[in-house]
Amino acid sequence: MSKTESLLSVRGLTLAFGDHVVQQDLSFDVRRGSIFAVMGPSGCGKSTIMRSMIGLLRPTLGTILFDGADYWTGTDAVRAEMGRRFGVLFQGGALWSALTVGENVALPMQMFTTLDAVSIQRLVAVKLGLVGLSAAVDTMPSALSGGMRKRAGLARALALDPDILFLDEPSAGLDPVTSRRMDDLILNLRDGLGATIIVVSHELASLFAVADDGVFLDAVRKTAIAHGSPATLRDGCADPQVRAFMRREQVEPAHKEAVG
Amino acid sequence: MTAHDEAPARWAMSGAGGPCILRLEGDWLARRGALPGFPKDGLVGCGADVSLQFDIAGLGHWDSGLIAFLWDVKRAAISAGRTVDAAGLPLAATKLLGLLPDQAMAQEAVVVHHIGPLNWLGGQTLATLHEMGMISRLSGSTARAGWQFTRGRGLMRGTDLWANILDAGPQALIIVSIVNFLIGAILAFVGAVELRKFSADIYVANLVGLAVVREMAAVMTAIVMAGRTGGAYAARIATMQGNEEIDALSVIGISSTGYIVLPAVLAMMLMMPLLYLYGSLIGVFGGFVVAISMLNVTAPGYWNETVNALAFSQFGLGVTKSVAFAFLIGVSSCRIGLRAGRSSADVGVAATRAVVAGIVGVIALDAVFAVVAETFGI
Repeated sequence: MSKTESLLSVRGLTLAFGDHVVQQDLSFDVRRGSIFAVMGPSGCGKSTIMRSMIGLLRPTLGTILFDGADYWTGTDAVRAEMGRRFGVLFQGGALWSALTVGENVALPMQMFTTLDAVSIQRLVAVKLGLVGLSAAVDTMPSALSGGMRKRAGLARALALDPDILFLDEPSAGLDPVTSRRMDDLILNLRDGLGATIIVVSHELASLFAVADDGVFLDAVRKTAIAHGSPATLRDGCADPQVRAFMRREQVEPAHKEAVG
Repeated sequence: MTAHDEAPARWAMSGAGGPCILRLEGDWLARRGALPGFPKDGLVGCGADVSLQFDIAGLGHWDSGLIAFLWDVKRAAISAGRTVDAAGLPLAATKLLGLLPDQAMAQEAVVVHHIGPLNWLGGQTLATLHEMGMISRLSGSTARAGWQFTRGRGLMRGTDLWANILDAGPQALIIVSIVNFLIGAILAFVGAVELRKFSADIYVANLVGLAVVREMAAVMTAIVMAGRTGGAYAARIATMQGNEEIDALSVIGISSTGYIVLPAVLAMMLMMPLLYLYGSLIGVFGGFVVAISMLNVTAPGYWNETVNALAFSQFGLGVTKSVAFAFLIGVSSCRIGLRAGRSSADVGVAATRAVVAGIVGVIALDAVFAVVAETFGI
């Protein structure tokens, strides 16, 4: 199998709920081993795009190529097979509340690998150790704080050593130190495990710290208005709206009216 | 990524007694099931004053399987008082290893609780008494909220009450009809077989009428409502609990009793007697259909006999019972919802408990009513 340079390609993607178009004619490539940021203001459809990339929402138009194969034309079984190479961290952690944190991380391994119970336990300890939650292995998710839930969710996303990690707002709602640790962790995971990481976020500090490529979505024009790493967009983007967003500035009033 | 040219994961120690070198070979992929362990005393033979070195010339692909192994090595080194020179490892593996704590969590001592039967009985008794106290308090505050509402100072909204009434009343009609029709029909069947032996066919009407109006319509309707509406109340309130909605209400100063419990309980208490009367009618009709088709009974005869058998006090008893059942189901299921934990599993537990408590409570309360009615000669 020859390795294409981009692990995930989105071509002419349109997402709509009935008549309500979320994003249209969206195209971008995620390079292998990069940390790719999906940026944009609240409500522009960032999470919706992630949902269509992880198989939860069928696109209205367009294709998503994963490792050269069309993700949405396959059968459900093919898609599930591809999905096993994904790790997903949902916004609120989405831990299974009936299982302890350790069981949450162990479940994917119990289902999809031939590892024995002792090995699984060792790996669970490693993954929880990586996110700094070794002590919480027997805790129920309801007893965790929001930040801990997020980290436990990340440990679960790492359970099967995914090729591609989808992180929905990984550092939103975390304290600065934990958020920084999360950023370091993301970088180390990319370097260490060679995973490609897609981050959906509008936390500028962590975007600048981790992302080396990205796409900026607009809620009004309903498509991508800029491509490039967050730092490039901040310093050299032609679009004033993108520059303003990346610098936490107000858009000039005249422009604001023009956009809506 | 290709599976066929994978080499098995292997490790070997060399240089016992002096500077040790740990050689790693092959593909260390946990997802393929390759996960060798490192013995706790694996470094005891090494020289104490020289760091452990790594030789990774033969190392292929790796993932967290290698990290798990290296973590074992690191911890074995710490417990043996040796040092590890990580310079020979891939940089990324060193970084990941740095994130892991140096000491594995000590296994917590397993606390064994010895629960004797007496302790258990005492605990259960206290829990039951506490629960009865809480339900009484909730009943009291619900009644107070109702009183405040009649004085125009309550916090219940008419729309909430109306939505609850629609749910507990009209939308329950079909299932109440089916259940009561079948109960009436079954009673008539059972009676018909016996009474025909004595040529007392017409008394099927008395049997069905009395049984349905005094007991079955009220109890069956209450059981249906406990399963249908009581369970829904508990699940809804437990979900609100999990979403911190109840907390949000109490922070603004809206009491959950006035806003959630009162409309739910009130709607049930208003609708249950009506459903009972409707259920009685349908039950008698069920008996009538069976009697007409199976027995030597005329329609006017059946009707006359039913009317003669029933006194107004029977309906009074039934209505009183159904109001009491409604209060019991409403308050207990709301209480179970309010007490539920915050996870989605707790929602299921709360719904189950509410249904069980509702059904058992209704039947127990019905037994009390039977004794009381006997005493008063109703």
